[in-house]
Amino acid sequence: MELIDITAIWVAIIGLGVFMYVLLDGFDLGVGILYPFAPGETARDDMMNSVAPVWDGNETWLVLGGAGLLAAFPAVYAIFLPALYIGVFLMLAGLIFRGVAFEFRFKASRSRYLWNWSFAGGSILAAAAQGFVVGAYIQGFQVDGFTYVGGPFDWLTPFTVFTAVSLVLGYALLGATWGILKTEGATQQWLYRVTPVLLVAVVICLLGVSLWTPLTQERVMERWLSEWTLLWPLPALGLAAVALLWRSVQQRNEAYPFLCALALFVSAYVGLLASKWPYVVPPEITFRDAASAPESQLFLLLGVLFLLPVVMGYTAWTYWVFRGKVRSGVGYH
Amino acid sequence: MEALDPLLLSRIQFAFVVSFHALFPVFTIGLAAYIAVLEALWYRSDSPVYRRLSEFWTKIFAVVFGMGVVSGLVMSFQFGTNWSEFSFATANFLGPILSYEVLTAFFLEAVFLGILLFGRDRVPRGTHLFAACMVAIGTFISSFWILSANSWMQTPAGFEFRDGIVHVTSWAEAIFNPSLWYRFGHMALASLLTAGFVVAGVSAYFLLRNRAVETNRKALSMTLWVLLAAAPAQVFMGDLHGLNSFEYQPTKVAAMEGNWETRSGAPFYLFALPDSEQETNRFAVGIPNAASLVLTHQWDGEVPGLKEVSAEERPPVGIVFWSFRIMLAIGFLMLAVAAWSAWLRWRGTALENRRFLTTLQWMIPLPFVAVLTGWFVTEVGRSPWLIYGEMTLAEGLTPSLTGGMALFSLIGYVLVYAVVFTAGVYYVTRIVRKGPEAVGKIDEPGHAKRPFSAADVSFDDDPDFATGGR
Ligand code: HDD
Ligand code: HEM
Ligand code: HEM
Repeated sequence: MELIDITAIWVAIIGLGVFMYVLLDGFDLGVGILYPFAPGETARDDMMNSVAPVWDGNETWLVLGGAGLLAAFPAVYAIFLPALYIGVFLMLAGLIFRGVAFEFRFKASRSRYLWNWSFAGGSILAAAAQGFVVGAYIQGFQVDGFTYVGGPFDWLTPFTVFTAVSLVLGYALLGATWGILKTEGATQQWLYRVTPVLLVAVVICLLGVSLWTPLTQERVMERWLSEWTLLWPLPALGLAAVALLWRSVQQRNEAYPFLCALALFVSAYVGLLASKWPYVVPPEITFRDAASAPESQLFLLLGVLFLLPVVMGYTAWTYWVFRGKVRSGVGYH
Repeated sequence: MEALDPLLLSRIQFAFVVSFHALFPVFTIGLAAYIAVLEALWYRSDSPVYRRLSEFWTKIFAVVFGMGVVSGLVMSFQFGTNWSEFSFATANFLGPILSYEVLTAFFLEAVFLGILLFGRDRVPRGTHLFAACMVAIGTFISSFWILSANSWMQTPAGFEFRDGIVHVTSWAEAIFNPSLWYRFGHMALASLLTAGFVVAGVSAYFLLRNRAVETNRKALSMTLWVLLAAAPAQVFMGDLHGLNSFEYQPTKVAAMEGNWETRSGAPFYLFALPDSEQETNRFAVGIPNAASLVLTHQWDGEVPGLKEVSAEERPPVGIVFWSFRIMLAIGFLMLAVAAWSAWLRWRGTALENRRFLTTLQWMIPLPFVAVLTGWFVTEVGRSPWLIYGEMTLAEGLTPSLTGGMALFSLIGYVLVYAVVFTAGVYYVTRIVRKGPEAVGKIDEPGHAKRPFSAADVSFDDDPDFATGGR
């Protein structure tokens, strides 16, 4: 027990799980966010087909995040969900409408436009709700012991609105670069034009959050300016990713934009966690306080160490099976 | 605002979303197994009949599975939003169990579903069959874990409370708690019965209209064998399950039987209106000694009544009593239909007899009703406990939850599900009416190419839809 710090391993696992979710569902939510703006129904078909075989697996990371939190850090689960009650409802409603749209849209024709809206609206709602969660996390929660005691709308402030918009734009950027990778012809050309616009918007958002947070929270300011100056390579990585993304879009490269968008998300995500470390329910509860019983963490850890690589293995395999461009007209059953 | 009780609203909400969710898995578990069998038969025999059936049912599966996934997503967050005290207290057990469900089952289903639905022309036939099997196995693993969690709440074991928090003392005892295998067996059979009656009913529908006759005769014949085995097995399993509940949750069984007084030679009531105020039944009609006989296997064995516990510890008797009877009636009806099929098959007319086919067609909704009422018995019969004998519903509720918030989300879920459910039923009906013929021309065996793209005409603008190809 003393030799290996299981709780710290669990921080890494949950961190990884949430991050997998953000990246994977991020790009398929992004596709949904861009959906209403797509040039025509063929482009929409292609975009939807590019994520149809994988979205369900992507969303499962969210379920894992929820269940994993309950298992390893129950206090986080039992404080976040009540605190974000209405936001969580909106997110779930969004995910419901978006999820069924995959199946229903291709079976409809006169009512198809309704499912287009359901797909786009659901994706935007879910992405925005997740942005509110990020904002609320940065902001912190009012707790008494391990019980949430704040009001139902504490998560709704100007700052969280800003983070919600930011995340919607960020996911859209991921979605656009994914689309560049997976489509061709007119759809791809359109995405090449949209991506730089989104990139500028995302950079503005990231700068906004990076200034807003330290200016309002002393602890974050100290962390970046005096405590952990080692962190500065992170924003540098972010900037490099932005520059490369911009260039690769100008050069009409197909894979780099997506990879750069991923790198940008990595830097933002790690930066965010580093700002808050070691607090999982800011401003008071650290990951150690929130941990579940050691025997429970151990029991699950044994399975995770074996199962998670297997899951990632067969997930990677399906991505490989569906590699390459979506072929227009081929696709949905 | 006292009128809005967050506890009551949360209970209604939980009952609503979980009932809604339960409808889909119970069907997809059985159907996934059927599709895997069809794929295996096609793999071995190359007969296009199996291929066509598999593709037809896979389309329906995709729609229903989609609804199961999105409604399941809601379930996994319900615990935290509405029952945060319960989640916090039980996380040491339920957290790992639900996580194992995600890791061993949900990923398996979701990832291989992609291959099953879209991969036919991208992977070798053997791999496609493998994907179908993985999806089917995944659904069973999923029900194992979730039923372990649920059974533990019914018959808790292998744990102790320290400072109000559950700590697991024996994982084996907690996971394989006393009611797990009964519930799992009963639920697995319920899934086979549900999918079986739907497939049989739909095949009968086509046969009555002379559509795709060869294909549908095959489907019907296969499923009737399954039903013939599963229907009696379910009645037997249900009896075992009831005996297990009798041992661990006597109050629940007393409510199921409508039995107020502890007595020997208790009757089985066919009809009664349980009255919780007066603590008695009105208009009771019963079979003398039958309840004692079933529960204790003795003519005048003693069965404890509801009055053994104080009024606050009793569940709402009427709901439990009547839900139980509806499930039983449907179970015996299924048994009768299965027996009828055996008789007709012996006479060689099972696939033609119009009366039989019409009956099968009307049976389609019944397994779903049985599943829901079965869950009502289980869940309502457990109240006021959330963890039987350990923690009440009121103790599990989220403290910060106000009546207004609960009402908001309840109305929200009802609206969202109403839209989704209506659309889902609508599209499934469309697919069914189009029939297996619409699956498209299946190429030479072994040269499968883009099966659906040609056939995938849209469903809601064909003019002759109303006539259904008659
Ligand atoms: C097709 C569905 C179906 C059918 C035909 C039956 N059941 Fe059932 N029953 C279920 C579907 C179901 C269920 C949905 O699967 C439940 C709810 C919870 C559970 O574990 O199984 C259930 C619960 C349930 C319980 C409550 C267990 C508890 O205390 O928690 C009992 C005693 C029975 N069943 C007994 C029977 C008997 C004696 C049947 C035969 C006549 C029968 N059931 C037919
Ligand atoms: C999937 C099929 C299920 C159905 C149809 C179902 C149905 C119900 C119903 C009708 C209630 C309300 C009881 C009452 O108000 O007295 C309820 C309560 C509850 N059930 Fe289930 N249940 C199912 C599965 C589960 C499972 C698998 C779990 C746990 C892992 C679970 C946990 C609970 C909890 C926590 C409650 C308390 C909240 C309440 O009473 O409303 N249920 N369920
Ligand atoms: C009340 C407790 C329950 C919770 C919290 C829950 C949670 C979930 C979640 C989150 C999903 C979606 C997984 C994905 O994204 O792929 C799901 C789907 C599923 N659940 Fe549940 N579930 C519950 C009850 C049940 C019960 C009682 C059964 C059956 C015995 C069941 C069987 C399944 C199956 C087979 C799926 C796959 C999707 C489908 O077939 O519709 N679940 N569940």
